[in-house]
Order: sequence, then structure tokens, then C-alpha cells
Amino acid sequence: MTRCIRRCAALTALLLVALLVNAVRVMVVESGTYAKDPANRRIAIARYDRPRGGILVGARPVTGSRDTGGQLAYTRTYRDGPLYAPVTGFASQTYGTSLLEGTEDGLLAGTSPQLASVPLWSEITRDRQRPGDVHTTIDAAAQQAAYAGLAGRRGAVAALDPATGRILALVSSPSYDPGLLAGTGPEVAEQWRRLNDDPAQPMLDRAIRQTYPPGSTFKVVTAAAALESGAVTDLGAPTRSPDPYRLPGTTWSLTNEGRGCADASVLDAFRVSCNTVFAKLGADVGLAAMVRQAEAFGFNDTRLRIPPGVAKSNFDRTMSPDQVALSSIGQFDTTATPLQMAMVAAAVGNGGELMRPYLVDRVTNHGGAVVQHTRPQPLHRAVSQGTAARLRQLMEAVVSDGTGTNAAIPGAVVGGKTGTAQHGVGNKGTPYAWFISYARPLGSSRASVAVAVVVEDAEAARADISGGGSAAPIARAVMQAVLAAPPRP
Amino acid sequence: MSATSADAPPPQAAPVAAPAAVPVRARRRGVELSLTVAAVLVSVYGYAEVGLATAGRVPPGAAGYGAGLALLAVLAHLAVRARAPYADPLLLPIAVLLNGVGLVLIYRLDLAPVLGPRAAPAQLVWSTLGVALFIAVVLALDDHRVLARYSYLGVTAALALMAAPIFFPAVNGAKIWIRFAGLSFQPGEFAKVLLAVFFAAYLSANRAALAYTGRKILGLRLLQLPTGRVLGPVLTIWLLSVGLLVLERDLGTSLLFFGLFVVMLYVATGRTAWVAVGLLLSAAGAFAVGSLEPHVHGRVEDWLHPFASVRAGLGPGQLAQSLYAFGDGAVLGTGLGQGHSELIGFAAKSDFILATAGEELGLAGLCALLALYALLVARGLRAGLALRDPFGRLLAVGLATIVALQVFVITGGVTDLIPLTGMAMPFLAQGGSSVVTNWIIVALLIRVSDSARRPPPPEDPP
Repeated sequence: MTRCIRRCAALTALLLVALLVNAVRVMVVESGTYAKDPANRRIAIARYDRPRGGILVGARPVTGSRDTGGQLAYTRTYRDGPLYAPVTGFASQTYGTSLLEGTEDGLLAGTSPQLASVPLWSEITRDRQRPGDVHTTIDAAAQQAAYAGLAGRRGAVAALDPATGRILALVSSPSYDPGLLAGTGPEVAEQWRRLNDDPAQPMLDRAIRQTYPPGSTFKVVTAAAALESGAVTDLGAPTRSPDPYRLPGTTWSLTNEGRGCADASVLDAFRVSCNTVFAKLGADVGLAAMVRQAEAFGFNDTRLRIPPGVAKSNFDRTMSPDQVALSSIGQFDTTATPLQMAMVAAAVGNGGELMRPYLVDRVTNHGGAVVQHTRPQPLHRAVSQGTAARLRQLMEAVVSDGTGTNAAIPGAVVGGKTGTAQHGVGNKGTPYAWFISYARPLGSSRASVAVAVVVEDAEAARADISGGGSAAPIARAVMQAVLAAPPRP
Repeated sequence: MSATSADAPPPQAAPVAAPAAVPVRARRRGVELSLTVAAVLVSVYGYAEVGLATAGRVPPGAAGYGAGLALLAVLAHLAVRARAPYADPLLLPIAVLLNGVGLVLIYRLDLAPVLGPRAAPAQLVWSTLGVALFIAVVLALDDHRVLARYSYLGVTAALALMAAPIFFPAVNGAKIWIRFAGLSFQPGEFAKVLLAVFFAAYLSANRAALAYTGRKILGLRLLQLPTGRVLGPVLTIWLLSVGLLVLERDLGTSLLFFGLFVVMLYVATGRTAWVAVGLLLSAAGAFAVGSLEPHVHGRVEDWLHPFASVRAGLGPGQLAQSLYAFGDGAVLGTGLGQGHSELIGFAAKSDFILATAGEELGLAGLCALLALYALLVARGLRAGLALRDPFGRLLAVGLATIVALQVFVITGGVTDLIPLTGMAMPFLAQGGSSVVTNWIIVALLIRVSDSARRPPPPEDPP
């Protein structure tokens, strides 16, 4: 009997060993695999079990968190959701994240190693890091001015600080409240479906994700190419430009909305926006110089991150001369995001140096210490100082005595350029009015704000000539908002 | 004292200086008391920890809970000290610690509203009842051999208890509950102790006949079967009990009874061949039930492919959730109250409670718990080795086997080592009948270990 009991004991010991070995398999060997399994709700629970970090505009958070009491405890809330949606994007428990909520997710959710304080100890205690706050470069006054100016019409505004690349405003209209997508459940799914099905595309961030034909605003780039290549040396000298202008190699003739464009000087042609002069100028400068100049301003860049990715603005690299001519007045395949055109204005306003645009000034941890700081970086030298000065002369003439007088601001020097974007089948869609501009305080050669506005406007076709239509006043309001603010320390 | 010495013939008493010849055995009651106090402290710490982790403060009932548990433990200790002074000093502390940790885990799971109404207060009441019965058994039962006399009465009661749920509605597919005046019992839990007593009594009384008589099969002594007269009653009882459980769809308990029977038969007769036959039978039975019974077939499929439902896009099943919980625990665990074993849902406080222990206490905590069970079983088997009367030995082995099999089946089940069968983790799991039964098992082990370690009465001087 004793022997049998001993054997029983040995058997139970064997069973114990089997249990322990299997426990090690499940709890140590497979632990990581289980943790990564998307069906394991722990990932989502941990993600939402504390308030998400804030996205701040100035000192004020434009986001918040609300405890739902559900399994995924905290959902995102947005203050002025539609106003800041093109900046924040959404953070949804159902549909993931977008824009800053997406690119800064690790910091906002508290998972980023940048936030770690004492790595080994937190590994043992499993203390989770507290989320960080993302401080944006957005200027609340400029953002509000832009949003109010668009007043619900389809369009977008991008504004930059030319000297640093700080993005001061990023507005898209019509917009949406990202808070509608924050939680879970059928009503969130319903909102998601409604927003995606809406023909007005409220979730599209037009300022950085939508490209439009830049129309006449592209003439800034063409003028820059002409000046840089030496094709034009004297802005006041008459050009040899017929009106109408027959596109090279075709029987197609280009005309102008206004008169006085035949053989006009570059200064006059820019001021009243002569298509014939700039089409010919582009064709004369040639494809290579045009592509080089467009790319120096940031066109054809697929990798620009602010940190949300910016759609590529296009200037074709292979074209026939007639296509180059059309492209040089912002037509044919030339497209640009509002941010891209703001970069063009900013480079001109900043003495020819294009700064890398950025949206995140700094990230602070829970204690307020800065864990990540963005320094201004030059992106390209778009044009030389001299060319920049002469481009400013052109753009300032547009505002003082041309198509853009609506953008003039007392007490500041404003340079701008109007434009029209046709779209739709056979250009039957309501056209978009463009206005790009910069403003500098009197006596300063460096601009303190650059802005691009694109807005749907039934009158846009004529507004190009008749004074900046509806776009220029929006640009003016944004620039005024920035100029009125005390200078940043 | 070593286990082997117990089997040696009693030392010949020297004619002179008789008291000195009898080895003085330490009673170790002080050890038991200090370990019991430590077990209470660990449990109260766990209780406070849950509150601190979830609400940032010690739960308001912590002092009362601690005082209540300490009172129960001390009363149990005093009963042992008074009536079983030579009992194994580890048994009571282990039972107190397991019961205390179980209460902490249930209290912690009560914080998740999805898991249904609060269960910890009821469990505390049942634990109190269990300790009361423990004390009653220790006080009332002078000698475990008395039990052998009532074995037939006991087994009749056991069969009646097991048959009773047939007349009550099924709960979650299993007819194992009796509901009466708002209380529910699982009579199968009590029956297993009575069956162990019966098997021990019957097998010890008929050992010789079972082992050495009967006809040989194929001329092999190895396969010699006892006569029907000897084997009949015990086989009948066993078939009846297992049959009842199969009827009631309580396959876990029938598996337990089968294992218990085979182990006790083996220990009583020393016949390895019977173990082999038993294992073959159980394998065949398991295969048949596994293929025919859809419910059991599903369990086998789950065991083989715990994540099949995830891959099918239906979300994780209970076993997958249990594995996620264990995996989340890793080596050190999340800390009490900080895991998410509530995701397991149904039966998280009973069958799957070990997943909460695994997640929140980690592999370290799980190993500690398994070590406690292993110690409990080892101490039971050791008492069996030390005892001299066959009934006591078989009873100790039977009780230890009940605990061991239960721990193995449910731990293996929730960690995907073997197919899952519903069974209560002794002391940890929610369930009144189970906790009361476990306290009775520990009381009986206290009693037999006391007999095993008690020095023989001094011989009268010549």
C-alpha cells in the first residue's frame, strides 16, 4: 500500500509539473502573441481607460475627454469641433484616428516611449505612462477669421508664418464635428456613413488633402522662373506678347478677360493677370526651368509631413510647349493644395527662403516638461533674395493697384495674387476663387504672415479681374488677425 | 518525522524508562497559529490592495473582513488545538489562505457589474458555515475509523443527494442544482466526500479478497478479476454515481469520481493492471462522449483550436478570453483589480476564477497557488503514508486525490492543457457547496493526520 501511495504522489507531482509547464507556455511564451491579438480587448481598454492627452491651440485645449462609464471608458470630445477638425482630425473608438490625432497618437494615448520616465521600474510596476499634450502652431484668431470668412461655402484656408513655417491657420469648409465619431455604437456608425456619403465631403481636409488648379495664382511661380532664368530682367519693360496668343504647335488661341495685355510689361501683366503674357513667358522659359522653379516652391513633393501627410501638388515633368504654356498659368495638369500656395506666398514674403511648414510646436508630458520641440527648418531656397524682392514688387502692385485691392490693410504692406480654379466636367462646376498673399509690417522687408484662400464662388471667373472677389477679403481678415496679435516671444 | 518510519513496526518498548523510549513528537500548534495569522494577514492585504488599486482607498469593510476572517481562523485553530493536537500544522493555514484569497478574488470580480450581482458576501457566509462544519467535525469526530461504520448509510445519502437535482430545473445545461427557499446547493459536491468514505471503508474491508482471489483471465494473474461478490457492491455504487452524473450532464464530476475510484482501487489492491483497464475505459468513455455529445464535442474542439472563433470573425470564446487573461498576467501580473478578466464573462467567478488569479497575480501568483494545493495534497498523502489502519490510509489518499484531480482538471482546462470541464477550483471558486465541502475535507485530513502523528499510548508499566 505504501508503494502505491508513493506512486500516487509521484503521479500528482507529474500532473503539477504539466500544469506549471503549460502555465509558462501560456503566460510567458505566448503572452506577447495574445497581447497583440486584435480580438483581445485589453489593448482597446487600456487605450481608453484614461483621458487622452489634449491638442492645444495657444494655451487652450480644443479637445477633451468624457468618461462614458462603458468598457472603453473615455471618449474624445472636441471644443469647436468643426473649426479645428482640419487640424485635429478625429480619434474614434470605432474608426481609428486621422490627422494630428493619428500622427501624434502615441503621445496622446501615452504609449510613446518618449514619455517614459523610469523605464525599468515602470516595466515592473506596469505603471502606464500618462498621456502628453500636443501644442499646435495654430493662431486661434486667424483660424476663426478664416472659418468665419468661408462662412460655410466650400473652400479652404491655409496660413503660415513665413519666417518659421509655423502653420497659423488650417481651415476646410464645410467641416464636421469629429466628436460625432468618438465613441462606439450604431449612432456613431450612422454618423460615419452620413459624413462619408455627404457630397459636400465634410471630412475632407481641403487645406492639405485637396488639390485645385491654382489658376492665375501660379503666375507667381512663372514670374519667379522667368526672373531666375534671366528671361525677364526689367519688370517694367514691354514684353513681346501677342493678344490673343496662339499656343505653340497648335491652332488654339489664348485670350484674356481684360484688355491691354498685348506686349504688356510683366508688372502690368501680373497686376491685371494677363494669361497671354504669362503663358508665353512660361513657354519661353521652358519646361526644365519651370519644373525646377515649381519644385523649389514645393510642388511634386509627395513626402511633406506637417506631420499629417500633405497631398502632392502637381506640375508635370514632361509636357509639350503648349502644355507648358497652359501649365504656367495654373491650368492643364497643374494642381496645388491651399497649403502649397500659401508656401509660395510665404517664400516670396520671406526673402526667397521657404521654411518647412509645421503644425506641432511642442509636445509636453503630463508634468508639463517639453519632450519634443519642433525647430524651424528651411525646406528650400525657392528664389534668390533679389528675385524675391522683385516678386514682392509684383504682388504688392496687385494689392495696391490691381486685381487684389480688396486685401489691402492699412498700416501694413500686403502683396497678393488672385486666381480662378475651374472644375467639373467641361468646367461646369461652380468655379473656385483663389487668393494668395502675404503681409509685412511697414518698414520690414520680412512678411509676418502668408495665406492662401480658395473658395467656391459663382462670380469667380470675373472676380479674377474685378478685385479678388470673395477670396481676398478672407485673406485680409486672416492677415489682420495675425498682425493684430502681439508678436510671439 | 519521516514518512517511512511510520510503516516500520512499532518500536519495542524497553522494559525500563518507558517514557524516554517513546519519541516525543512536537505538536507544532504554535507553527499552525502563526501561519494561520500570516494567511489572514495576506488575505486582508489582498482585500485592501483591491480597493487601493481600483478606488484609491482601503475598502470600508476591510477591518470587518479581516476581523471576521481572523475570528474564524482562530476558532478553527482552537478546535484543532483542543481536539487534534498532533494534526499536520500546514493544513489549516493552507485552507485559510486559499479561502481568503478566493474571497479577495471574488470581491475583486464583484467590482465588474457585467459579471452579475455581488457574490463575495454570500461566499463569506458559506465560508463561515464551512469553518463551522470544520470545527464541528474536528470536535465531534474522535476517531476517523468511526466513519467506516456508517459507510453504507453515507453512500445511500450520497446517491440520494446526487439523484435529487433530477427533479429540479437545469441551470446552464447541467442538472446539478437543488434550489430551495432561495438557496441553491450542488449536492454532488457533498457526495464526493461520502463516496470517498465509502470507497475507503469498502476497499479496506475487502482488500485481501479483491487482490488475491477471483479467476484469472487468459491464465494471467496480472488480469485476475475478483469475484462478483467482492467487486459487485463497489462497482454498482460507482456505476450508479457516474451514471447519475452523466444523466445530469455533470461530466466534470463524473470524471472526478472515476479517477477517484481508480486511484483508490489501485492503492487498496496494488494492481497496476486495473489502473490500465481503468485508464483504457476512461479513454474509451471520454472518446465516446466527446464524439457523441455535442456539448462535450464543442469543448474538445475549443481545446484543440481555442482561437478558431477569433479567426472565424466571431470574436474570442471563453477559453480564448481565459488565455488572453493568463497571457496578460505574464510573470508578475497586473496587480489585483487591474486586470480585465471580466471579459471572460459567464462563470468568471467560478470555473474561470483562476484566470483572474493568473492575470492579476501573474505566473508568480499562480505558481504560489498551485504550490499551496500541492502542499495540501502532499500533506494528505503523507498522512496516508503515516497511518497504520487501511481505512484511514485509503481515506487520506481519497481526500487528497479529490483535491488533486479537481485542481488538475480545472487548471488544465482553463489553461488549455486538457479539454475544459466545469469544476470548482477548491476554496477559490464561487460556490457555497464547494467551499463547505472543502472545509469538511480539510477537517477529515486534520483528523487523520492527527491520528497519524499521535504517539502511541504509553504502555502500562509492568
